[in-house]
Amino acid sequence: MRSEYDVVVIGGGPAGLAAAIKAKELGMDVLLLERREYLGGIPVQCVHPGFGLHYFGEDLTGTEFIHRFIEKFRGMGIEHYTNAHVLNVVSRSYWHKVLTVVTEEGLFEVRAKTVIYAAGARERHAFEIGITGHRVAGIYTAGEAQTMMDVYGVMPGKEIVIVGSGDVGLIMARRFTLEGAHVKAVVELMPYPGGLTRNVVQCLEDFGIPLYLSHAVTRVEGNKRVERVIVTRVDENLKPVPGTEEVIECDTVILAAGLVPYLKVIEKAGVEIDPATGGPVVNSYLETSVPGIFVAGNALVINDLVDYVVEQGEEAARGAYEFVKNGGLPSLRWRKLVKGRNVRLAVPHYLSDTRDTIVYARVKKPEENVVLRFPEIGKEVRLPFVKPSEMVRVKLRKEEIARAGGRITMEVVGDE
Amino acid sequence: MSEVKRFKLTCIVCPLGCEIEVEMEGDRITSVRGYTCPRGKGYAVQEVTEPKRTVMSVVPVKGGKFPTVAVKSDKPVPKELVPRIMRLLADVEVEAPVHVGQVIVENVLGTGANIVATREA
Repeated sequence: MRSEYDVVVIGGGPAGLAAAIKAKELGMDVLLLERREYLGGIPVQCVHPGFGLHYFGEDLTGTEFIHRFIEKFRGMGIEHYTNAHVLNVVSRSYWHKVLTVVTEEGLFEVRAKTVIYAAGARERHAFEIGITGHRVAGIYTAGEAQTMMDVYGVMPGKEIVIVGSGDVGLIMARRFTLEGAHVKAVVELMPYPGGLTRNVVQCLEDFGIPLYLSHAVTRVEGNKRVERVIVTRVDENLKPVPGTEEVIECDTVILAAGLVPYLKVIEKAGVEIDPATGGPVVNSYLETSVPGIFVAGNALVINDLVDYVVEQGEEAARGAYEFVKNGGLPSLRWRKLVKGRNVRLAVPHYLSDTRDTIVYARVKKPEENVVLRFPEIGKEVRLPFVKPSEMVRVKLRKEEIARAGGRITMEVVGDE
Repeated sequence: MSEVKRFKLTCIVCPLGCEIEVEMEGDRITSVRGYTCPRGKGYAVQEVTEPKRTVMSVVPVKGGKFPTVAVKSDKPVPKELVPRIMRLLADVEVEAPVHVGQVIVENVLGTGANIVATREA
């Protein structure tokens, strides 16, 4: 490892690989650091299809999708380390970031003009979703179970209860069933499934797996190993209703209760956080509030599609390139993106008329036949439906952004 | 006059999840309603005549980087054969190196589909 680079990419998943490839293509001097023992991130453990429809125009499994990036990355001879932990990122000056890195070869201090942070997300754990009871063996997050089963070939259990009906929970229900385990229930807090309808059909209905809507796993019980869970109905305020407890015997509980951007390393560098996304506040170049630190993928905002993650990785690389080339970003004026009616979150937070910008957003509630409106710039996009589980993606051209004053509002309104 | 059967399906081809209704008289499909694209219509017809799914799993690998390699059927197979294919795959073991796209089981259970590797090992 040398001591100085144009850009250091933290994370070797889809966002990090895409960022490193793009940065190298732009002629930058790149180092990529991956914490796990292999490159590829989460798609390496995703043996199911549904990846790459936008990016490659093909329906690939996660493993096939990420293989294409890993091959390209390797073919370009980009310097990288696996089993490499970044302990610290410090911004010494506008031009000068210092990373402390531990690898198998020892402890290194690396200087970089820019950093692209693509460390992904962490899974929400039992204490965050109000599960009480015993901390016995047999409680796993979906990602842990997936790694055990689909990378290391070990079944986590036989009689399974899954908490959360997002696409991750649904897809895990199918995987367990196909591998011979008995999925006794998928338990969902909300009155509707969290994942796509087609996944409810092909992952639960195909196998007759019961879906408990408006229910919570409130307690896990067992001696040494999980023996049962207590499932309770919840009211419209999502509070458990006393007297509605039901016991489900099982040996394994899988938590598929959502993701949170994993920011531990750059939080200490002082980046500003958006409470709505749980990720950093960024501008059109995906630069955080610390100049020269960029962020992409699930560390930025929880995405539904790997295609968007890759897109953000490439965008962050272009940002880092502009930063290195110009000694900072070329924008003179940032317009604040303001969340209007039925918009729960939106990134980037500040827009520049120096580049076309893709805005990713999520709504608060499902609606049909709506218009996505940016009143200050007179832009309208008609959408047949919006739902909280599906990200809205829209491109604003730089000429459009230039029309706005200090702010650009984004709102979802009815189609009149 | 044969009996009229009605099927209500949710399309699984894309994220839209269209509700499709199919009417059959005997073996003949008399009406398909509610689809919004030709792929959806194709899915609905296939689903009521011979439902198919892509199979995916992992099989053990000797001498690889990981103990397993991920595999899938290179085209959809009849849905009722899926459990048998999974049991068959449980007894398959391969040796490293394995490349993406490499055939692991040819013409699985006579379906015309091959089981291929989707990860390196």
